[in-house]
Amino acid sequence: MTLVEAVNAALARALADDSNVVLLGEDIGVNGGVFRATIGLQQRFGRERVVDTPLAEALIGGLCVGMAAQGLKPVGEIQFMGFLYPCIDQLVNHASRLRHRTQGRLSCPMVLRVPHGAGIRAPEHHSESTEAMLAHIPGLRVVMPSSPERAYGLLLAAIRDPDPVIFLEPTRIYRAVKGQVEDNGEALPLDVAFVLREGRDVTLISWGAMVRETMAAADQLAAEHLDAEVIDLATLKPYDAETILASVAKTGRCVIVHEAARTGGFGAEIAASIAERALLSLLAPPVRITGYDTVIPLPRLEQHYMPSVGRIVAAARKVCQFS
Amino acid sequence: MGLAKTKKQAAIPATTSETRVSGPSGDGFAQAPPDLPKEVELRVYRDMLMIRRFEERAGQMYGMGLIGGFCHLYIGQEAVVVGTQLALKPGDQVITGYRDHGHMLACGMDPKGVMAELTGRRSGYSKGKGGSMHMFSIEKNFYGGHGIVAAQVSLGTGIAFANRYRQNGNVCVTYFGDGAANQGQVYESFNMAELWKLPVVYVIENNRYAMGTAVTRASAQVDFSKRGLSFNIPGEQVDGMDVRAVKAAAERAVKWCRDGNGPIILEMLTYRYRGHSMSDPAKYRTREEVEKVRTERDPIEQVRARLLATGRASEDELKRTDAEVRKIINEAAEFAAHEPEPDPAELWTDVVR
Ligand SMILES: Cc1ncc(C[n+]2csc(CCOP(=O)(O)OP(=O)(O)O)c2C)c(N)n1
Ligand SMILES: [Mg+2]
Repeated sequence: MTLVEAVNAALARALADDSNVVLLGEDIGVNGGVFRATIGLQQRFGRERVVDTPLAEALIGGLCVGMAAQGLKPVGEIQFMGFLYPCIDQLVNHASRLRHRTQGRLSCPMVLRVPHGAGIRAPEHHSESTEAMLAHIPGLRVVMPSSPERAYGLLLAAIRDPDPVIFLEPTRIYRAVKGQVEDNGEALPLDVAFVLREGRDVTLISWGAMVRETMAAADQLAAEHLDAEVIDLATLKPYDAETILASVAKTGRCVIVHEAARTGGFGAEIAASIAERALLSLLAPPVRITGYDTVIPLPRLEQHYMPSVGRIVAAARKVCQFS
Repeated sequence: MGLAKTKKQAAIPATTSETRVSGPSGDGFAQAPPDLPKEVELRVYRDMLMIRRFEERAGQMYGMGLIGGFCHLYIGQEAVVVGTQLALKPGDQVITGYRDHGHMLACGMDPKGVMAELTGRRSGYSKGKGGSMHMFSIEKNFYGGHGIVAAQVSLGTGIAFANRYRQNGNVCVTYFGDGAANQGQVYESFNMAELWKLPVVYVIENNRYAMGTAVTRASAQVDFSKRGLSFNIPGEQVDGMDVRAVKAAAERAVKWCRDGNGPIILEMLTYRYRGHSMSDPAKYRTREEVEKVRTERDPIEQVRARLLATGRASEDELKRTDAEVRKIINEAAEFAAHEPEPDPAELWTDVVR
């Protein structure tokens, strides 16, 4: 199953299991979504449950909050991350605060699915990775799978969760990776990082599509007899600091990899908490390999922007040589 | 069921060349559009053909992998920009969304520079960094090229605000689609524009689909010329396949704005022949539907048939125009395929760091 098929399977499962689940978004019904993530679902579950909305993102965000306040479980789709911003108002001011404002009498069990990231030869707002902006909002959960299996399990968990979840789907690996996924309705835990590979020399931390390059870097490092541990963060907010700190306590070194721009990226948050809580186990300063502080460029320059396996390997080598 | 498909079909491009006025003065029909003078008719033929050939070539080049990113073709809608442009004077601004190649050519931008931008080359209008959706030409008063659907509507309103502030007599033509017309900021813009009597012509290009969503499935009010009525903004429904009707309506609209009456809406009833973008399988409509518009309403064929019928041009003369246009497009395509790619250092230009 590809990642996008896993998303489709999880959505179908959630629709079948719970009549409160309603999907809504632009072109998701008749057309099956721009990435075909919802293909076949309107035929199967009907127009009342797989809703084609007008072209209006602020509306989609607000509808979800209102529906959620009535106990429905809306799963909204935004076509590309760059179109999410009109929803930010609703996410910051309402979705994330409904529980707090009603002193826990209401929660906001909505999910907003948002394709994330570059590498598909698309310009600017079709290639955004502004997850740190979302992780900055108290009260929101931010989740990003890096494999079909985790897409399936984490999306089910997100839909079942009583609080709002932004579910970021890495477009670059929608179809590029295949994996064994059992459509058994079993969720994976949120707020937990996944150790994809154990190692003792250096900890590599990543999420979403960049996990692929990070794993490839670990393979290359192994050929150089450097033993890398690879962590897929999976949930960015609230993130699993314990798994990271335990790993860094073991390796003493870490490289954080994300394709988002560097300044204020989520790597900075992780590096800061490692510095605060694990300084004495560090053998080298935490290093970030990231995209650059510029507008995400068109295909002809894209390869210069995206963190490459080579950059990750070089950084890992450097921290290993530091001391 | 609330969402059951309504029986009513999306408004089909009018079969007459009339325009319907739905202003505060009530509904009524304006007279059939006046004929164009010979030179103008020859010019619009050439201008529309230029856009058509440009787009056909862009489609081919996309197929050959020369164009990255997205590419939204304007084929079928040529009369809208060509007719509207005829109503403008130097200084008037144009702003639109991402289906923008036709608008740029109509504004007088160089096909070479546009094509080279599509192929992501250094000599493209955005140095190869903007692509199909993001080009500007300050010289030609073209203010983009915007990928965020409907965002250009408030931008265009802001440009019109500046026009009023400076009392420069310029009008901003703000184009957007039937899908875009459902975004909230369109109505925020309408309100402000009428309140301040801003010189902005809102041209709604109703090509009956927003991606795969037919107008009737997304819009409660499918007569987009009425979308400004509660703000007291007059609107006109125009046969956007008839360049004469477009020109006449645009002239009325621009005059309305220039006379200080504030904004006005022109709903252009038009049709896009190709998919939404190059990756659209277009399963949401039938081949027959497309064919019918193509054969009965094609904006270029209409002019061609008139030119021949009136004896204003012979087959040979039109063939010559065709050849000239083809030559220009061939040169643009050659240029765009062979110009150098942007330097990686361009990652760091024109961005605050
Ligand atoms: C804010 C935003 N939402 C969604 C999209 C994706 N999208 C691009 S074009 C389009 C349809 C627009 O239709 P319409 O306004 O009718 O213009 P047309 O394509 O017909 O010219 C959609 C949904 C986008 N670019 N921006
Ligand atoms: Mg449209």
